[in-house]
Amino acid sequence: MDLKDLYRDVILDHNKRPRNFGRLEPPAHPARGHNPLCGDQLTVYALLAGEVLSDVRFDGSGCAISVASASLMTEAVKGRSRAEVENLYLAIHDLLTRADAPCPAELGKLAALGGVREFPARVKCASLCWHTLHAALEGAAAPVSTE
Amino acid sequence: MSAAVQTGAPLDVARLRQDFPILSQRINGRPLVYLDNGASSQRPRAVIDAEVRYAEQLHANVHRGVHTLSQRATDAFEAARERVRRFINARSIREIVFTRGTTESINLVANSFARPRLRAGDEILITWLEHHANIVPWQMACAATGAVLKVVPIDRRGEIDLDAYRALLSDRTRLVATAHVSNALGTVLPVREIVALAHQRGVPVLLDGAQAVPHFALDMQALDCDFYAFSGHKLYGPDGIGVLYGRERLLEAMPPWQGGGDMILAVSFAGTTYNQLPFKFEAGTPHISGAVGLAAALDYVDGIGLDAIAAWERELLDYASQQLAAIEGLTIVGTARDKASLVSFVVDGVHPHDIGTILDQQGIAIRTGHHCAMPAIEYFGLPATARASFAFYNTREEIDKLVEAVTAARDMFR
Repeated sequence: MDLKDLYRDVILDHNKRPRNFGRLEPPAHPARGHNPLCGDQLTVYALLAGEVLSDVRFDGSGCAISVASASLMTEAVKGRSRAEVENLYLAIHDLLTRADAPCPAELGKLAALGGVREFPARVKCASLCWHTLHAALEGAAAPVSTE
Repeated sequence: MSAAVQTGAPLDVARLRQDFPILSQRINGRPLVYLDNGASSQRPRAVIDAEVRYAEQLHANVHRGVHTLSQRATDAFEAARERVRRFINARSIREIVFTRGTTESINLVANSFARPRLRAGDEILITWLEHHANIVPWQMACAATGAVLKVVPIDRRGEIDLDAYRALLSDRTRLVATAHVSNALGTVLPVREIVALAHQRGVPVLLDGAQAVPHFALDMQALDCDFYAFSGHKLYGPDGIGVLYGRERLLEAMPPWQGGGDMILAVSFAGTTYNQLPFKFEAGTPHISGAVGLAAALDYVDGIGLDAIAAWERELLDYASQQLAAIEGLTIVGTARDKASLVSFVVDGVHPHDIGTILDQQGIAIRTGHHCAMPAIEYFGLPATARASFAFYNTREEIDKLVEAVTAARDMFR
């Protein structure tokens, strides 16, 4: 295990200068994610245009892994369809937990999270934002599905 | 332990370390630097051997059998109780109840002492520094009875406000429950004043001593508190064993908490006669080997001497505080004038979890997070801190490694 594998330059950069950091007002849908063990708190705001995630932001506080993961996530999912986001989520889940996980090209910069699985205690830091996005999308989609 | 520096014979730390098999291993390729003693301390060979010897030669159920082994196990278990009594200078073994740990000890008092007495509008008084184990049981008791939980505030040093405490003690106060030492900040609370002020109003006091017992000698009769809770695993003993000290008069008046074997004298379907103290509070087969291991830990600690331990830990605390405070961007959280040997800190621009991971790669074990004391940490506007907590087997060289690794972590995130 090498620390440089966990804290790659991309991670350090996104931790220091998180992209898409801030709020989105309604009709964007917020969801809160909380890791009670570490105190990490994130809110992810998702704005859907039909099936497409037209805008996404996050705010809150957390460790470098959770902030960088959220920042990278927002860059990766903005403008994608819900189905594409779901596929990315599954690919990330594999990347974070499976030693033999392939690193598909569509992960792009998200591949920088590949070092996290060597640090089991930190996997939940990297996955918090994805669970929270999932909840935000469910919330954002809910009014549509009832119409 | 007061701030006074003691000048006894220094500990032979290098020799004492050899008593702890776990300390000689490497973690992530580096010699283990174990600075998470506040969460759980390590066990000396004497404790491990006592547990093994019990399992190999003495084990049977206690207080039950007519056979020889059962008698030997009972003797070992009851000798452990007497050893605990002597360690904390309680009046009687009837005041020593074995539990699973501090948390269970506090829950016993919350359920058996507080709940039956509490009426709507009654008050329980705790402090802002408490571990969740000394908050949640009282919240549960209050929710069940309509009683109200009152909280003594702290200041920026992490000391409690004694004037506010005085003012919060009221005719409705039924119990004061407070830490002896704060696990998150290290503050040693003025427990003698706390007890005396409460007793002036006839209010009993429970002290959560989980973080105090490893660091200084205790005397229940001098302290005069009504309940005192602590754990074996923070005291170089086994996990899963703890103690509730209770004033005999109060324990006598309390109903049993859990029902089962060992806590009864006679059972019929018409009714049950409860056993005498302390067995009334020890339903079921106890953690016999844990009690035996705890007794061995107390022998070990007394063999070194708590005064010598306190003096060395004071040196470690002073050295660590100076060295850490000298790191640019580092802030020590909790600067009480009287502290036990732990330092909570934060570093500008580096989350405590990242510090924890980076230190772990150097073989250095610290705690990061809210330390199960969320109100105390949130008081400082923080979600988490890093905490290095020292035992007598720690060295100045280990603190140098800590300081070096924290500095490297800071630089990594610049």
